[in-house]
Amino acid sequence: MADHTAAASEGAMGRRTSLVRRPSRRSRFEAGVKALLFAAAAVSVAVTLAIIFSLVKETIAFFGDVSVGDYLFGTKWTPQFAGDQQSFGVIPLVWGTFYLTFIGLVVAVPVGILSGIYLAEFAPRRIRKIVKPVLELLAGVPTIVFGYFALTFFTPEVLRNFLGLGVNQFNALSAGIILGILVVPTIATLVEDAMSAVPQSLREGAAGLGANKVQTAIRVVFPAALSGVVAALVLGASRAVGETVIILIAGGQQANLSLNLYESYQSMAAYIAATARGDIPTGSIEYETIFIVGMTLFVLTLVLNLISIRLVRKYRQVYE
Amino acid sequence: MTGAQIAARASRHTSLHRSGGADRIFSIAFGTLMLGAIGISVLALLTLLFDVARDGISHLSWDFLTSFPSRIIPSNSGIESAIYGTLYLMVVCAAIVVPLGIATAIYLEEYANRERWWNRAIEVNIQNLAAVPSVVYGILGLAFIVRGPLDLGRVVLAGGITLALLVLPVVIIVSREAIRSVPPSIREGSLALGATQWQTIWKQVLPGSIAGIATGIILALSRAIGETAPLLVIGAAVNPRFNPDGLFSSFTALPIQIFTWTQDKDREFVDLAAAAILVMMVLLLLMNSVAIFLRNRYEQKW
Amino acid sequence: MRKKGLALLAVAGSLAFGVAACGDDDDDGTASGSTTEQSSDGGDISGSIAIDGSSTVAPFAEAAAELFNEEYPDVKITVGTSGTGGGFEKFCAGETDISTASRPIDEEEEVPVCEQGGVKYTEIVVANDGIAVATNKDLAVDCMTVEQLKQLWNKGSKITKLSEIDPSFPDTELSLYGPGTDSGTFDFFTDQINGEEGVSREDYEASEDDNQLVTGVEGDDGGLGYFGFSYYEGAQDQLNLVGVDAGGGCVKPSTETIQDGSYKPLSRPLFVYPKADAVTRPEVKAFLDYTVENAAAIAEAAKIVPLTEEQVGTAKEELATAESGS
Repeated sequence: MADHTAAASEGAMGRRTSLVRRPSRRSRFEAGVKALLFAAAAVSVAVTLAIIFSLVKETIAFFGDVSVGDYLFGTKWTPQFAGDQQSFGVIPLVWGTFYLTFIGLVVAVPVGILSGIYLAEFAPRRIRKIVKPVLELLAGVPTIVFGYFALTFFTPEVLRNFLGLGVNQFNALSAGIILGILVVPTIATLVEDAMSAVPQSLREGAAGLGANKVQTAIRVVFPAALSGVVAALVLGASRAVGETVIILIAGGQQANLSLNLYESYQSMAAYIAATARGDIPTGSIEYETIFIVGMTLFVLTLVLNLISIRLVRKYRQVYE
Repeated sequence: MTGAQIAARASRHTSLHRSGGADRIFSIAFGTLMLGAIGISVLALLTLLFDVARDGISHLSWDFLTSFPSRIIPSNSGIESAIYGTLYLMVVCAAIVVPLGIATAIYLEEYANRERWWNRAIEVNIQNLAAVPSVVYGILGLAFIVRGPLDLGRVVLAGGITLALLVLPVVIIVSREAIRSVPPSIREGSLALGATQWQTIWKQVLPGSIAGIATGIILALSRAIGETAPLLVIGAAVNPRFNPDGLFSSFTALPIQIFTWTQDKDREFVDLAAAAILVMMVLLLLMNSVAIFLRNRYEQKW
Repeated sequence: MRKKGLALLAVAGSLAFGVAACGDDDDDGTASGSTTEQSSDGGDISGSIAIDGSSTVAPFAEAAAELFNEEYPDVKITVGTSGTGGGFEKFCAGETDISTASRPIDEEEEVPVCEQGGVKYTEIVVANDGIAVATNKDLAVDCMTVEQLKQLWNKGSKITKLSEIDPSFPDTELSLYGPGTDSGTFDFFTDQINGEEGVSREDYEASEDDNQLVTGVEGDDGGLGYFGFSYYEGAQDQLNLVGVDAGGGCVKPSTETIQDGSYKPLSRPLFVYPKADAVTRPEVKAFLDYTVENAAAIAEAAKIVPLTEEQVGTAKEELATAESGS
């Protein structure tokens, strides 16, 4: 009631005012801005949808030609051959990925964790000033440079000349170790973060009970930071699983299902990059293999990432 | 676990006297292991740099920067087309990722109601995108941008868009942190003086966080130009003897040229790859230095 | 504070514009470092040519493109290496202008696709090639018969040491390298040696990139592989060449034995297939004219076995027919 009379009344300034809210130009502008920004944020969702859509579309086409069982459980990966020699069993690629990641982690986990512990608990200022930039530099080196290093130096000079190992030109040992070096900064930094987040009271408590620095670090701080450390390892593994170029250049192009460090292996990502090259005609079975292997890789890294997010949330909760 | 519980558990394994002999030895051994681990990283970096420098430095010259790759005469080969391609890609990538990334970050930090499920979904989605392997972005580029709906072909624009999508999550995350570092009091003061939300953002929050945002963008761009896998999948040209003449031209880039030369059987080309690596690392060093300079000089201390 | 931020954005923006502007003048600096002079009227032909196909022919095509660009710097030529088979697929889909091949286009499988796609073409022989069988320097094998090669490479072969074929061969564990199945080299080798195209053992390191094969064979003690002869020539100091005995004695591949056909059965001509539609474009016509005219010089530069006099004559005839629009 009051609105209607007030709506037509004269205000204090002698002008007609309206108590009925009409959107002003300003507020329409603000709403427009918010909508625009929301649209920008929605792009990121669109990207995920596009990735999933393009992968799923060709995956379905692929499974029109090859049975799911043959793909998931087959142990021969020879898509380029014709006729009855053609086989689409993905296990050698998955194995290659895991094997190379495993070798990488054998290097990266101890080196990364020890480095992280050292930086968090022990490093004096002067050494920190050198080591942190070294790790940051290592993290910033493009993977192609690692690939170059693996093929032209690590395999011939270190593995063959210096260690005298009879490795193939393209071999798992070289690719795996360099892959590990790639991942070390990731693990080291995250372990350092995890350990630094542990409250000082724990360290003081341990010292008060007579533990020395090493014992404090290993038996008190490290276990307290454990889920953060595990998250770091999972993230490092995820990075190694998705790595393409090092394996493509130094690991070879043979889908291999064995345990020989001296032989060449092919990972899922390396297969995709070796096959795709923008060349394959759309609709051919090889084109489809890019997507099905891509889908497998995508799902794998997604699972690893979700695990690590869970772990990070868990360790954050302890101190909040 | 509380601090007391953990400390109590530790004490069960620790003796109450000062470190005995065995403890000392273990400490020293562990300390050596840690130093060894650090040493491995340092050694790896130094060996890598040394090897690249040794192989490539003799090939660095002005000619190298201004010639095209030659298949027949290695000594005439250069990286001009690769440098131009990389710069073109960087500009396209920046043009896309700067507005999109900052806008998304602003939305998530200033407007989004975290109670709403779609806003939480956007956040989780960005975290997931950050972990997707670069080669999958290449597949996306191939299926959607080079072919598929956009059907641009194997051109600079397609490469730039793909790289932009690859680093978009990183830019969003870094920009969010920069925006978040602006204290709420700034916003509240501005609103109290009658400014609208957007006015507050545009005139107070953004200028206050621009240094952090710019640093993050430069770092993201330096990551983008070092990527090889997505460009391989999209189909960058091999050994092109021309510079791109626009957004719809085929192209190559420094990582691709390095990739091609590294695998050549001719040792001379392999050394050219090392020289190209040196050029690329100088470029990256420059970009990182600019980023660090911006951060130190313009960073707001609230 | 505010001003600084805006100033920063302005600086960043102008940097970006500066880079973009710099990137636009790309007409300078082409064809640098060459020793030939530029002809005065070469500049007005421009355009782009898409070539794709065999990685064996690729060095020839790339050398041709490079030398051609010295006279005609405004023609952009891209040479892809999808393999002979892959190249034909794209060619018959109309995606490329010239398809290069290390074997003739397949009558049964590829010709109909081209017909369907409405793509007419001409076949021109531009060079010769042999497939070289090479081993690592430490794997001393001088000669193998066609039968022995078949034993080694045939489908289902489980041979891991040459001594299994003949006890006088070394008993080093083999590391096999060969082209992928899209490669004309693969087609040709399997056809000639195993008796049927596409039939081959699968447990070898396959790559479309002959460079990788050479590096592999060179690096592994038991390395053995087959690839285009020109790739062997480029690395002859690091590899051991195996002669092939097709019944008439051991013959090692060389320019002469390939040209006169005595290196049997692994000698073959290398082809280019220009699209009829493309030949009408001035840049394509100029390129083909140049290539056929200078085929010998180009082959030498690419370290490929050049055409014989007779072959050059045939090529010129084929090209003339193509250009007259038959």
